[in-house]
Amino acid sequence: MAQHDQDMAEALCEQVRQADMDKTPLKIVGGDTKAFYGRPVQGHPLSIREHRGISHYDPVELIVSVRTGTPVTELEAALDAEGQMLAFEPPHFGNAATVGGMIATGLSGPRRPWAGSVRDFVLGSRVITHDGKHLRFGGEVIKNVAGYDLSRLMAGAQGTLGVLTEVSLKVLPKPTAVHSLSLAIPLTSALERLADWGRQPLPITAATYHDGSLHLRLEGGANSVAAARERLGGDTLDNTFWTDLREHRLAFFSSADDRPLWRLSLPNNTPALELENGDDTAVIYDWGGAQRWLRTRLATDTLRNAASSAGGHATCYTPGDCDPFMPLAPTVAKYHRHLKATLDPNGIFNPGRLYAEV
Amino acid sequence: MNILYDERLDGELPANDKQQVLTRLQEAVQGLTLLHREEDLRPFECDGLSAYRVLPMLVALPDTLDQVERLMRTCHDMGVPVVTRGAGTGLSGGALPLEQGVLLVMSRFKQILEIDPEARIARVQPGVRNLAISEAAAPYGLYYAPDPSSQIACSIGGNVAENAGGVHCLKYGLTVHNILKIEVITIEGERMTLGSDALDSPGFDLLALFTGSEGMLGIVTEVTVKLLPNPENAKVLMASFDDVEKAGKAVGDIIAAGIIPGGLEMMDKLAIQAAEDFVHAGYPVEAEAILLCELDGVEADVDDDCDTVRRILETAGAIDISLARDDAERARFWAGRKNAFPAVGRMSPDYYCMDGTIPRRELPRVLNGIAALSKESGLPVANVFHAGDGNMHPLVLFDANQPGELELAEEVGGKILELCVEAGGSITGEHGVGREKINQMCTQFQPDEITVFHAVKAAFDERRLLNPGKNIPTLQRCAEFGAMHVHNNELPHPDLPRF
Repeated sequence: MAQHDQDMAEALCEQVRQADMDKTPLKIVGGDTKAFYGRPVQGHPLSIREHRGISHYDPVELIVSVRTGTPVTELEAALDAEGQMLAFEPPHFGNAATVGGMIATGLSGPRRPWAGSVRDFVLGSRVITHDGKHLRFGGEVIKNVAGYDLSRLMAGAQGTLGVLTEVSLKVLPKPTAVHSLSLAIPLTSALERLADWGRQPLPITAATYHDGSLHLRLEGGANSVAAARERLGGDTLDNTFWTDLREHRLAFFSSADDRPLWRLSLPNNTPALELENGDDTAVIYDWGGAQRWLRTRLATDTLRNAASSAGGHATCYTPGDCDPFMPLAPTVAKYHRHLKATLDPNGIFNPGRLYAEV
Repeated sequence: MNILYDERLDGELPANDKQQVLTRLQEAVQGLTLLHREEDLRPFECDGLSAYRVLPMLVALPDTLDQVERLMRTCHDMGVPVVTRGAGTGLSGGALPLEQGVLLVMSRFKQILEIDPEARIARVQPGVRNLAISEAAAPYGLYYAPDPSSQIACSIGGNVAENAGGVHCLKYGLTVHNILKIEVITIEGERMTLGSDALDSPGFDLLALFTGSEGMLGIVTEVTVKLLPNPENAKVLMASFDDVEKAGKAVGDIIAAGIIPGGLEMMDKLAIQAAEDFVHAGYPVEAEAILLCELDGVEADVDDDCDTVRRILETAGAIDISLARDDAERARFWAGRKNAFPAVGRMSPDYYCMDGTIPRRELPRVLNGIAALSKESGLPVANVFHAGDGNMHPLVLFDANQPGELELAEEVGGKILELCVEAGGSITGEHGVGREKINQMCTQFQPDEITVFHAVKAAFDERRLLNPGKNIPTLQRCAEFGAMHVHNNELPHPDLPRF
């Protein structure tokens, strides 16, 4: 791994400077595994893949700093060797997935409601600005409130505000014990039990309702996992289920199914929505019900309105005719445009990836 | 360099006639309580950083959001700066008023609007006290995790503005990790919702950007926080050491063993003695340092972790280790730590509290540096340290009645922060930059980085009316600060004009 490590920041800065001068849009690319997640970008490709390597990893400090072209698998392997992990369980969607794409898309896996999201673990970043300057925000300390939190703003911004070249992340020790189980119970009682368990100190770190069963993962100390296992019962589930779910490798996600894939993000105690019961609609309830995957031919507006009235939002995961992300409230949209205009005045960074106007 | 607003260094402020502003606001905002007489303004002249005082032009105490909206619109139209204040417990002068500005006090918004135990959230107005949320959630077995030492008095709006922390941050996170949604009113009087009741929202993470933005981007008018189930069990170990360095190493060893304590705090000799004198927590006054390690979770795991931590502490050379026998003793152990600031306050007429963070491995070097600064200046320094997350609170003891001592304390404090930056840390872990650390921002950030911060500010408040002079220094200020402060023999910002 180490022989590929290289710092390409200067060359990247030069490309950005040139693009800004020429007012030529750039399409920032890492492993190109998540192009489906966002609107198509027309621009000159700016690859960060060569800018790779872990620049600093100190397990005792629980912090890793890594260049954004580094494959996620390489980072995870380095952490694993020290008994640590990225607690937000990022989906890769392909072996080539890079740390840059992981941060820029801001996607988190099954542990998210219990451990936090990508942005929760971002401590610092290095960013190339529109005028080609290589700047540093945040840092390698867990608490830091100096200046605005630009590093967390970059998480999920899909590269529309600058080029991420390095991030510092908080890492956590892997749990000493893991056990997964399935309970064959109806959906309504699964959601009720989850609400009830949520108020108790149980070591649940993943909860998914799929195919007539509630799947749970318990993680923590050996004693607490054993006690919870005894209490909850059920059938043992292979731990690989969570990776398959995270990577969309379950049959539910198969491309053979031609119904569009939608993601609904909802308040954690939202009951089953009426539209989820449609004949031609299939649902996986992840994140204890707060994240729902839908296979459905329902209209975009129907899904968005239902998600929005429940207090959440709907994202289209199947590239096609509709915009993937739900439109913003007018005032919020106005400040998105302002931020884009002040940080990227010539509109060179992934223009239109998130919304037409940013 | 004086901390008070200086138009030459901090930018010109619009000049408005007080009577005109008062009349206009009285007309535009019906029923708004506006204080304007000197004796009424006096109680608002400072926040928790009480060494610095400025009388605001006017104090506004709105009762309704409609009033806030109209107030903002009117101030924006007239070009009147607005400084927002909650409970006024901030330690960095973030709510220090402006002579030419309105002080918007949000303390009347103190209603808990909703506790939803099913969803494990609380929806509260910004003036609600931090501790009041946990108290209201307690009947459901839930609590709000961030617990700054001022939690009995500080309000949640200010917690959001400062991204407040506390003693349980390493495991449970800061304010930014524990809120779902905020309602905001912009300087132009628009209402906006950032975040949502779901775990994520489309678009930029403006919720994260606003958290810790120190009232520079908008006014927080409502906060939805996450509630967590109370841990089943919590135990506290106290270990004493004859050497600060050994205690520092023990901290790293605990974390290297894969244990994330609920709280991990360190105090040095002076802080131990002060706390013991004050609350009689049972601290060993002869020790050079103590560590308090709280382990929480399911009882069986906590017991295992206690055994592991005890072994680690023994190996690290602890001279004494005691486990709090019951909740009362646990509370007493913590009482010493939570009262460390007032305890030190009893030893000295004044103290100046710093808030730097460092990578933990740098602890011995930074502590030695602090000791050297203390010796050189003759001002004692007590150290209280959120050891788990590298957040130091050195307390510089001084007597403001002695001519020059306040300035000397500020100088020592400034140098301590520079030591933190040099060690790879930050000038502020949880208290915020406010007005207090405005100069040290120039040490931590390059002019280009500060320029980006100004760009962010301009996106939300182009005319610089929200809390001007706080959080982000002007480049002029940095140029001047740098000129008196040559770092590593390099002149900072050589490209900037000198004044």
